[in-house]
Amino acid sequence: MNVVMFYLLSGIILTFSLLSVTTRKILRAAVYLLFVLVATSGLYFLLNYEFMAAVQLTLYAGGIVVLIIFSILLTSHISHKFKHPALMNLLAGSGVAVVGAATALYAIFTHPFSDAVQPDVPVDMTAIGTQLLSTDKNGYVLPFELISILLLASMIAAIVIAKKGKQQEQ
Amino acid sequence: MVQGIPIYHFLVVSTLMFFIGVCGFIIRRNLITMLMAVELILNSVNINFVVFNRYLYPDQLQGHFFSLFIVGIAAAEAAVAIALVINIYRRINNIEVENVNEMKF
Repeated sequence: MNVVMFYLLSGIILTFSLLSVTTRKILRAAVYLLFVLVATSGLYFLLNYEFMAAVQLTLYAGGIVVLIIFSILLTSHISHKFKHPALMNLLAGSGVAVVGAATALYAIFTHPFSDAVQPDVPVDMTAIGTQLLSTDKNGYVLPFELISILLLASMIAAIVIAKKGKQQEQ
Repeated sequence: MVQGIPIYHFLVVSTLMFFIGVCGFIIRRNLITMLMAVELILNSVNINFVVFNRYLYPDQLQGHFFSLFIVGIAAAEAAVAIALVINIYRRINNIEVENVNEMKF
């Protein structure tokens, strides 16, 4: 069951990510990206990280894709089709991708991964919340505070950048 | 770990997804589709973190937390990038990369 689900989800991920970078209609690219992100959250469910999967669904599939779709609707016509990419770009892009993927896959398959010897820790909400806000060993309160400052800064920056200037209002 | 699926298969999926994202970043000429390619790249890195955490070091949660933080950073990055795209669209009326060279001169 798990094995079938894994290959189904990987097939969905690879097919739709390829379609998402090659389709010539921009709104379709956003919808294919949504399928990729939902299938990725399926992989997290398969690995028993339920909280991570929920975050992936709400933040990525719910938040970022909606933001992207809104900005597509604001900035381009639905019926607009892209031109085919220039041959030079196409060759450069696929060349970089093929060479990079071959190198990375060679490195992965020649590296012997040793299986884990320690027992699994339970990944429930209590463990996640305690570790996220603890200052002890394995505590993550410093990156937590950093990311809250980063989110505040980027929120203010997004408002300031997207706001109309004084000259444009007149 | 998941019974019956070796770690290599997960890594193959995330590697291919990463390089599809890189390829899309190079061949696309539109700012929003380039942003989508970056999201693909970040997502594949997340899969790698979570899989290494589950298969190699299941006694701790480091990969889990790092992918949580990466999701947060991706959200912040998307918000700022889309604000920039809307501002550029207001100034030059399209968002193709070739036309965004006003600040050069």
